[in-house]
Amino acid sequence: MAIVSLKALQKIYPNGFQAVHGADIEIADGEFIVLVGPSGCGKSTLLRMIAGLEEITSGDLIIGDKQVNDLDPADRDIAMVFQNYALYPHMTVYNNMAYGLRNRKNSKESIEKSVREAARLLNLEEHLDRRPSQLSGGQRQRVAMGRAIVREPALFLFDEPLSNLDAKLRNQMRIEIRKLQRQLGTTSVYVTHDQVEAMTMADRIVVLNGGNIEQIGTPDEIYHRPASVFVATFMGAPAMNLMEGKVATGGIEIDGIGLLKSDHKLDASSNVSVGVRPEKVKLTTKANGITQPFVHDFTEELGAARLVHGRLGDKPFVINLHQEDEVPTGDLYATISPDMLHLFDTATGKRLS
Amino acid sequence: MTVTDTFSTPPAVTAVKVKKRFRVKRETLIDHLILVLGALFMLFPVVLTFMTSSYDNLAFAKSGLQFGWSDQFFENYERAMFETSGFTGAIDGVSMLTNSLILGFGFAIGKIVISMMAAYAIVYFRFRFATLSFWIIFTTLLLPLEVRILPSYEVVQGLGLGNTYTGLIVPLIASATGTFFFRQFFRSVPEELVEAARIDGAGPVKFFIDILVPLSKTMIAALFIIMFVYGWNQYLWPTLITTDEGMFTLVRGIKNIIQSFTDSSSVPEFTVGFALTTITMLPPVLIVIFFQSWFVKGLTESDK
Repeated sequence: MAIVSLKALQKIYPNGFQAVHGADIEIADGEFIVLVGPSGCGKSTLLRMIAGLEEITSGDLIIGDKQVNDLDPADRDIAMVFQNYALYPHMTVYNNMAYGLRNRKNSKESIEKSVREAARLLNLEEHLDRRPSQLSGGQRQRVAMGRAIVREPALFLFDEPLSNLDAKLRNQMRIEIRKLQRQLGTTSVYVTHDQVEAMTMADRIVVLNGGNIEQIGTPDEIYHRPASVFVATFMGAPAMNLMEGKVATGGIEIDGIGLLKSDHKLDASSNVSVGVRPEKVKLTTKANGITQPFVHDFTEELGAARLVHGRLGDKPFVINLHQEDEVPTGDLYATISPDMLHLFDTATGKRLS
Repeated sequence: MTVTDTFSTPPAVTAVKVKKRFRVKRETLIDHLILVLGALFMLFPVVLTFMTSSYDNLAFAKSGLQFGWSDQFFENYERAMFETSGFTGAIDGVSMLTNSLILGFGFAIGKIVISMMAAYAIVYFRFRFATLSFWIIFTTLLLPLEVRILPSYEVVQGLGLGNTYTGLIVPLIASATGTFFFRQFFRSVPEELVEAARIDGAGPVKFFIDILVPLSKTMIAALFIIMFVYGWNQYLWPTLITTDEGMFTLVRGIKNIIQSFTDSSSVPEFTVGFALTTITMLPPVLIVIFFQSWFVKGLTESDK
């Protein structure tokens, strides 16, 4: 349990590649932070720098009230859960969990106590004498969690721990991990490329792109007020509809579509990108002031919802309709209400509030 | 309709199965025939040696190799093991067996320890010219002991290690084969295991002993078998380095024994020589038989 701060952390590899460009993150005590981004965005590198598996090129890493830049992983008071579990194949479940404690010269009784306690918490009690190869994927993942828990570290680190599991188990483990973390109250940093995991598990999300932090915020903020075009398109499935346009009076003029109504206070004729979440658009058959003609191409049925693919003018456009809303026949219009528009500066990609 | 269809299928399947089984059986028969013939062909000289070792020398001198059984078995083996021989009379079968075992075990264990540590250094530590040093080690695969035998002899003699076990074993234990096998194995061990161990507070030595060595145990067993047999069968190096008869190994000693027997009696004592040959063959065969399953496991699958 500790406050963790990353101050201008940089990672430059010997070959000159800069994986992380000055990351500043303040993590509160007991907070669950998710680092998310596409592959190669530096999220794993950042996590491994916190773990001490990668050297920190510059900046400060503070765990608790100690600067730990140059400490060995074992001395940082952290525990890590790996993607492929990284269990010791020749040791029993018990020994896998006890190994770290033995290396710390804990007494035999206290090791026994912590391992039993963790096993009880994770429902692994009857598997303590088995080898990892005799366990299912979910159980192995729990052993990996157990190995982290028994150490009672100040900070948990998770490196895509669920990506080797099948979809059903992943959903279940997601909830288990979150519950466990709440219960233990240990500060956690969790890396994933899966935006669903990020949205559902995080207290706050850190969106990374190309080694830069794009936005830090609660899932709600990230989704509803994305700070950049990248965040807007990366988070959310189906992705946000994005169109290029110019600021005009009373709205945004978009080539080939026309004026989208918006109550902005921007300088006229500057270039903007306009984003609309697919589920914020309604389909009607009657035109009014805030509709645009919509050409329907095809529909994807998702059960709880349906994705209506089509075009506004000549631009592809997706609408996410609730399951009860049928796709009307006849001339279609997309209702895009002005307060649902996200405006971004085309040049910088940053949000224009 | 569909129901009856479903029910009518099983008999058809059985019929096909029966046919298949018959064909498989005939193939197996031919396979086994070839294997049995091959085994007989390979075993014949060994069996002949074993059988001849039960005859007395006179029978051998008169009619050569024997295919049968006689009554001199125990006597021949007793003489082979316990009768001292050589010019100095300092050596008998038992002490040669001891020397051979020391060479075999020392050679195998030494090779495994050295090559494991070399591979550990090459795979897990970043040092300059690591790849280069690996390839240098690897190219020595192409150079058998015989190529460097004179310089090696020079060095061992210069260090005064002639006629010692150290001189007998140490120059042989640097092993490109072992280093190569262990390197490939270590490279297949997931990187995250090292990282997990680092976080668990295991330093390089602890990681090696607690995790890598247990993981490699099938590999170690497989290499041990190969290396033991290889060490046991060394001939040229022991011949060069051991001039003192008390240091003779079995493989090196057989010839001398037959010679000395020949010198000291009117009839050449070949059958005693055959007995000693049989004894010489025994330990490697036993090791292979006992560790066979480990051997296959170590070379084909890994417990990761």
